[in-house]
Amino acid sequence: MNAIALMLIGLGAFALGYLFYSRFIAAHIYALDDSRPTPAHELADGVDYVATNRFVLWGHHFTSVAGAAPIVGPAIAVIWGWLPAFIWVVVGTIFIAGVHDFGAIWASIRNKARSVGALTGSLVGRRAQSLFMIVIFLLLLMVNAVFAVVIAGLFVSFPESVIPAWSAIVVALILGQLIYRRLIGLTLLSIIGVAVLYLMIWVGQFVPVALPDQAVGLGANAQWIVILFVYAAIASLLPVWVLLQPRDYINGLQLFIGLGLIFAAVLVANPQVVAPAINPNVPPGTPPLIPLLFVTIACGAISGFHGLVSSGTTSKQLDRESDARFVGYFGAVGEGSLALAAIIATTAGFATLGEWEALYTAFGSGGVNAFVEGGATIMQSGYGLPMAVGTTLLAVMAVLFAATTMDTGIRLQRYIIQEWGQIHDLDWLRGKAISTLVAVGACLALAFGAGGLDGTGGLVIWPLFGTTNQLLAALTLLVVTLMVVRLGKPPWFTLVPMIGLLIMTVAALLMQLIQFYGDADWFLLSLDILVLIAAIAVVLEVAGALTRSMRSHTSEDQAQ
Amino acid sequence: MKFSLKAIDDALEQFYGARWRRELAREQREREDLFMLMIYSESLGIPNPVSWHTLELRGVMLEEFHEWHRRQGLEKSPLDNFRCC
Repeated sequence: MNAIALMLIGLGAFALGYLFYSRFIAAHIYALDDSRPTPAHELADGVDYVATNRFVLWGHHFTSVAGAAPIVGPAIAVIWGWLPAFIWVVVGTIFIAGVHDFGAIWASIRNKARSVGALTGSLVGRRAQSLFMIVIFLLLLMVNAVFAVVIAGLFVSFPESVIPAWSAIVVALILGQLIYRRLIGLTLLSIIGVAVLYLMIWVGQFVPVALPDQAVGLGANAQWIVILFVYAAIASLLPVWVLLQPRDYINGLQLFIGLGLIFAAVLVANPQVVAPAINPNVPPGTPPLIPLLFVTIACGAISGFHGLVSSGTTSKQLDRESDARFVGYFGAVGEGSLALAAIIATTAGFATLGEWEALYTAFGSGGVNAFVEGGATIMQSGYGLPMAVGTTLLAVMAVLFAATTMDTGIRLQRYIIQEWGQIHDLDWLRGKAISTLVAVGACLALAFGAGGLDGTGGLVIWPLFGTTNQLLAALTLLVVTLMVVRLGKPPWFTLVPMIGLLIMTVAALLMQLIQFYGDADWFLLSLDILVLIAAIAVVLEVAGALTRSMRSHTSEDQAQ
Repeated sequence: MKFSLKAIDDALEQFYGARWRRELAREQREREDLFMLMIYSESLGIPNPVSWHTLELRGVMLEEFHEWHRRQGLEKSPLDNFRCC
């Protein structure tokens, strides 16, 4: 298979999905209506509710939802061959992720821009809302743990990426000060910032940094994990304009550049996909494709996390209802194309099948490294970018994505813990420092408990992260479906994806339960049981809410 | 050229601000609350060596005084010398 063909089929399908399917959904299911004022106008306050140009809003939405996950997931999942991953990313983006993200914005703007969590409370019930909070907390916990493991792995495998990745923090700090002081225009500043970042990437190849193999009883991997959490704790305590804001900003710019570089390289180099369409000899210990594929690739096909962004900040800034389609659906398409780039890099960036198989020796082991090496190979044959620069560039890109998500994740966790402190009258838990320590401690325990200590099996937890993410998506789809039913529109376009997601999630959890039990991995087993309980609770809530609404919506229609 | 550069600047500016606007407003408010406390500290019985200089700021901050004392959990104005609501 030719990589350009793969790319064009994928992007072409996304384009058709956007042009036809999303238009159909907008007109006939969500019934968008530009004459209804959006919350950004109705509740305009200059802080939360600000009507924003749709292209700017799309950029902001897309960069908030895109991160390391759509790279890591597909990079792991191609172990079953490129075809299943490709089909799931394309079909998932068009029929599930697009409808989900778009729907979350729509549900929110029709309800004074309230978040999906709050909507769950009013549309489904208090119990469902608590469940929602628990799932979010579990998700954040896993995101932070798993990303720390991913970054540590990248630092150990690609020591050239250490200097550029950390210097990105310095670049962000200086950029933040300069923007704050408004000395020069932002365009010029951005160009300089990005240029310095790429200069550091070039410098990085000459100064690899490796931590000692053993220090204070910890391997290099574990040392990095500890360092990363110390950093994330400090970063999450700093005022946002000092570090997080400029860091996010420059990362967003970098995302567009990186995506462009990869797709351009594929176009010029025209590599062949060496990985098999369906891998006939997967390494021993690889779990079955169905249902694990559907939780291994979460972001890039469907991700509940998007619902939080859609209904949290995006919906408050939507200028017109019809913009929801562009921002939400096209945002999902952007994420899908990132996943597509990851699939191409991990399957076409190798000279021979043997080389590819040498990286994919066990489930969860090839992953990001394959993305970095494959992508660098394609860029080298495309426009002669030296291999060392290419690997550093892609490793830094993945590190930066994962790290910004960690900063924000720890911060969000802190808010939740502080809120719990408030609800339960635990004054000591409300302090910034203590709550951050609790958040970081929990993540650290998870990262180490899930195999981060020895630095080998760190990504066994990845599918669990995927399941939690899908559960959140199912809850959001439930809220959207309930609203569609209330409008008297056919619910199938959100209902069918939701049921499919729930079946795959529960099946994957059960399958992993057996695996963890067999491996006598009690830590992951208990985590799996925890998520499984949450999943069953979600299924019950869904069934209950749907039955109630199906029964009552006809009478409600008459009342209206 | 000048106009289009300005347009890009504006778009980037919006892109820069959008995600963190709420966080920033919250932090600004926290700082202003502290500032407010410093300005009215003398009236609340907390000695302030620079009260002579902050005196003239009272009028400027008066508009936000009501929201401030409500945020601090005080139903009515905590000051004896003037009432708020």
